[in-house]
Amino acid sequence: MSETEPLASVQPSADDPSRRRLLLASTGVVGAVGVGAAAWPFLASLRPSEKAKVIGAPVEVFIGNLEPGQLARVQWRGSTIGIMRRTERMLADLDKLDDRLRDPESSNLDQQPEYARNQHRSIRPEILVLNVHCTHLGCIPQAIPEVGAQPFDANWLGGFFCPCHRSTFDLAGRVYAGVPASSNLLVPPYSFIDDENVIIGVDPEGAA
Amino acid sequence: MSKAAGPISRGVDAVDDWVNQRASVKSFYRQHLSEYWAPKNFNLWYFFGSLSLLVLVNQLLTGIFLTMHYKPDAEHAFASVEYIMRDVEWGWLIRYMHSTGASLFFAVVYLHMFRALMYGSYKKPRELVWILGVAIFLILMAESFMGYVLPWGQMSYWGAQVIISLFGAVPYVGEGLVEWIRGDYFVADATLNRFFALHVVALPMVLVLLVVLHLAALHEVGSNNPDGVDIKAKKDAKGRPLDAVPFHPYYTVKDIFGAGVFLMIAAFIVFFWPEGGGKFLKPDNFVMANPLVTPDHIPPVWYFTPFYAILQAIPDKLLGVITMGVAVLILFFVPWLDRSPVRSLRYRSWVSRVALGIFVVAFVRLGMLGLSQDSSTFELRLWTFVYFAFFILMPVWTSFEKTKPVPERVTS
Repeated sequence: MSETEPLASVQPSADDPSRRRLLLASTGVVGAVGVGAAAWPFLASLRPSEKAKVIGAPVEVFIGNLEPGQLARVQWRGSTIGIMRRTERMLADLDKLDDRLRDPESSNLDQQPEYARNQHRSIRPEILVLNVHCTHLGCIPQAIPEVGAQPFDANWLGGFFCPCHRSTFDLAGRVYAGVPASSNLLVPPYSFIDDENVIIGVDPEGAA
Repeated sequence: MSKAAGPISRGVDAVDDWVNQRASVKSFYRQHLSEYWAPKNFNLWYFFGSLSLLVLVNQLLTGIFLTMHYKPDAEHAFASVEYIMRDVEWGWLIRYMHSTGASLFFAVVYLHMFRALMYGSYKKPRELVWILGVAIFLILMAESFMGYVLPWGQMSYWGAQVIISLFGAVPYVGEGLVEWIRGDYFVADATLNRFFALHVVALPMVLVLLVVLHLAALHEVGSNNPDGVDIKAKKDAKGRPLDAVPFHPYYTVKDIFGAGVFLMIAAFIVFFWPEGGGKFLKPDNFVMANPLVTPDHIPPVWYFTPFYAILQAIPDKLLGVITMGVAVLILFFVPWLDRSPVRSLRYRSWVSRVALGIFVVAFVRLGMLGLSQDSSTFELRLWTFVYFAFFILMPVWTSFEKTKPVPERVTS
């Protein structure tokens, strides 16, 4: 028997072609939906569990005793959040850096909530709240707030230096140009409960 | 069957017949061993294929025994590895055989790949053999990365943090993708547990399947040889290639000798240098994972450093990740980038030799640069450029270089 000749036992009847196409197409569609539906529980099972979500709840921090220039670190969702009370000098220095930064205007909207999109990248100018994990590969940069020459930068005005791949950020978490990290340090959602308490993970009232 | 055969011998023969009437073990044995015709001029470079197989078996066996004592739990993983090292009888040996086995795996695989580049073993008709080989290399990278996370030391943890966050560079879905891979908002117990499942169950199955396909594809077209001569072109009256010997016993014996030498070297490393001077197991990995403290320096294990150096050379996260990915994936295209009419370097001009030589220097140099944290950006970029230039310019020099005539028969 040649390959082109259909088997007599399964010989299609005359009106078959369109019916066959319909059957094939509907079988295909139903099959694809079935495979997708069957795959979903497995793919979704890999997402953070309910327990992980509860552990990732907002964190309250007391900042009443934070000295000028001091950086406090807290944990939120496994990330280290740095909170720094900046001095007048530090805020003034933010003005001098624009031409050395990759994104001085915080135009990358993913890196901060809208309420922290300003030169000091914070709600209150002096209080800086940052996710201090390097935006390159997640290491924790060292805070080096002192002004003065550093091995990695002769004209250092204070900021963060990542020891992993030498990315540098200023004291508003803005990334320098020409380093491996390509975006500013992330500002997490946060808000002030009162003058001495910050809550990480909750937007200010009225903000999106 | 001789008439003098005793009852035991007759019994064995009966079982043998029974099996072969149902599944042809004999024809499989002939096709892949006793009548697999391999070129008679294999040299030292041809040890590394069978050695890769040997190391794979070592990893599977030692891995099974490690699984019997290891606990895939962020609370207990680190302690369970120390328990294996200190309290389990011979546990230290099994663990070191597995951890140094990973380094040896890459060593023999890199040499095996270099052999293919030298003798044009990827050229027609062996493109599929090469593609399956590169796929094995990719899975091996994933397998070893996940294995390195399991001891849950500082390097395990921060290595995972760095590698997983590479996926965050994907536009739009990056952050969601990273969260999905980790199964938490940071590298956590969920991440360790799924890496264990992939490292111990899923990837080894894929790896073994790919190795079977790699060998099946090879045995379909036959092995290349240092001369790149097609041995099937000259056959004797019985249809056997004139320049070939049966794989068994000729190459089984040769490979057993190679395995002996290799095992001596491997045993020396396992017994006297199991941490590879900090290159196989990093000092920081003897400290339990701590999400709050980033080590000052997070160098990858030595076999990843060339690719890591390429990542560091690019001053942009997404472009860096893409470049590093392309550095591996470009290997898939080598059979089509090489336009030379001859396979082996032996019959190519000095241009090909110099190009391959410079490529090896670039690869080794990138590996050295990737280990250090203050490598010069200029040098990183220079060797990254050379690495890619080798592949991108390959069609050019292989088209224009003057090749020597390839002999009809293999040389001694």
